[in-house]
Amino acid sequence: MYNFDFVKPTSLADAVKAMAQEDAQALGGGQTLIPTLKQRLASPAVLVSLSGIAEMKGVCVGDDGALCIGGATPHATVAKEAAAKFPALAALAAGIGDPAVRNRGTIGGSLANNDPSACYPSAVLATGATIVTNTRKIAADDFFEGLFTTALEPGEIITEVRFPVPERGAYAKFQQPASRFALTGAFVAKYGSGVRVAITGASENGVFRWTEAEKALSANFSAGALDGLTVPSDGLIGDLHGTPAYRANLVKVMTKRAVASA
Amino acid sequence: MKVSMTVNGKAVSGEAEGRTLLSSFLRDGLGLTGTHVGCDTSQCGACVVHVDGKAVKSCTVFAADAAGANVTTIEGMANPDGTLGTLQQAFQDHHGLQCGFCTPGMVMSAAALLADNPKPTAAEVRHHLEGNICRCTGYHNIVKAVLAASGQDADRIAAE
Ligand SMILES: Cc1cc2nc3c(=O)[nH]c(=O)nc-3n(C[C@H](O)[C@H](O)[C@H](O)COP(=O)(O)OP(=O)(O)OC[C@H]3O[C@@H](n4cnc5c(N)ncnc54)[C@H](O)[C@@H]3O)c2cc1C
Ligand code: FES
Ligand code: FES
Repeated sequence: MYNFDFVKPTSLADAVKAMAQEDAQALGGGQTLIPTLKQRLASPAVLVSLSGIAEMKGVCVGDDGALCIGGATPHATVAKEAAAKFPALAALAAGIGDPAVRNRGTIGGSLANNDPSACYPSAVLATGATIVTNTRKIAADDFFEGLFTTALEPGEIITEVRFPVPERGAYAKFQQPASRFALTGAFVAKYGSGVRVAITGASENGVFRWTEAEKALSANFSAGALDGLTVPSDGLIGDLHGTPAYRANLVKVMTKRAVASA
Repeated sequence: MKVSMTVNGKAVSGEAEGRTLLSSFLRDGLGLTGTHVGCDTSQCGACVVHVDGKAVKSCTVFAADAAGANVTTIEGMANPDGTLGTLQQAFQDHHGLQCGFCTPGMVMSAAALLADNPKPTAAEVRHHLEGNICRCTGYHNIVKAVLAASGQDADRIAAE
């Protein structure tokens, strides 16, 4: 690992200042970034730890009823503190990695990283959540731009994520047992205005909305409503764990499971 | 830079670079070699220690990020008179280790579980230890040891 200066601000204002330095990078829980640094795939000059910023941590309910999660909140905290208000999201957080990963890894880090097999992006996209940064609010539909790519500008910090809580919702993950990431995962969220479905782990472009399923489920919210649908395997991930056709099938299977458990 | 923290109840400080991992700080800086580095890629859990009561992989935390924290390592798990703590003794009694390389991480992860959930089921123990890899024991005796340490009848758990 190349060396860097390490700073640990205690306020968002100081973090924003620190991030303005040349080649500065944010450090959330480090559960992705530290392995990346060890491989010398990143070489920041300054690493700005966000784990000492109290105003960026915690779970609360906003005036509009949305569930608000601070950008530096670890998965383990979401698993506990979101359980009453948004059980599907708490269950997703409780299923990320292992307990030690959940004690460090954060929602902001997961979203900024936008791994094509990560869990949180599916919840954010399926609920149409809002990503709040130090400069603006970004709608989920505009945030995820492809493999490990997001709408974030250099130096921009995710300070909060606001989830409109669905009437019914669930996440179903087919776990890749070695990495514990999603081989394919589906998040289903039902609102008065319709149903949204987001799929992770399957596409080479990262998380996406399965709009045919959304239409079918908005008309009839039952696993059977998906029977007639097929998912094309073009552009889906193929690796030693599964072919594109296998993942195409999993998209449907996991969406059905999510609907059945919502 | 100088990094200070409390390790196993004692105030310590040492030199660290930005990139110094907590695992290196403990092992190379403080000579606490009970914390093992199995993979150094965040996968195996051999390096688990507690930071402010939470189990974390010390190979995936910077020492500087743990400055000011209360850290517990396997060296802090023995009784004050130096005899093995309950959980450690249970690993010995139930043959929960063979080569012992994974054991420090197993004990630290299991201790975190029992602090949160004093009477876990066998399934809960297995689930909680998902991030701790053992190449020797087949896990069964590890699960037994944790159940025994929680005061439950470990001999009645079904073999899987
Ligand atoms: C063994 C293991 C198993 C895992 N299993 C899963 C799994 O099942 N599902 C899953 O989804 N993930 C999994 N992960 C990944 C884990 O959830 C990571 O914690 C997460 O992807 C990154 O979050 P972090 O806080 O650790 O970010 P870091 O590693 O600190 O940072 C990741 C990236 O985000 C940037 N960043 C961090 N915080 C912010 C912020 N607030 N604003 C802007 N940019 C920021 C950093 O600069 C960096 O580029 C696993 C990881 C490991 C090691
Ligand atoms: S050495 Fe840290 S997880 Fe393997
Ligand atoms: S006892 Fe040898 S790795 Fe677990």
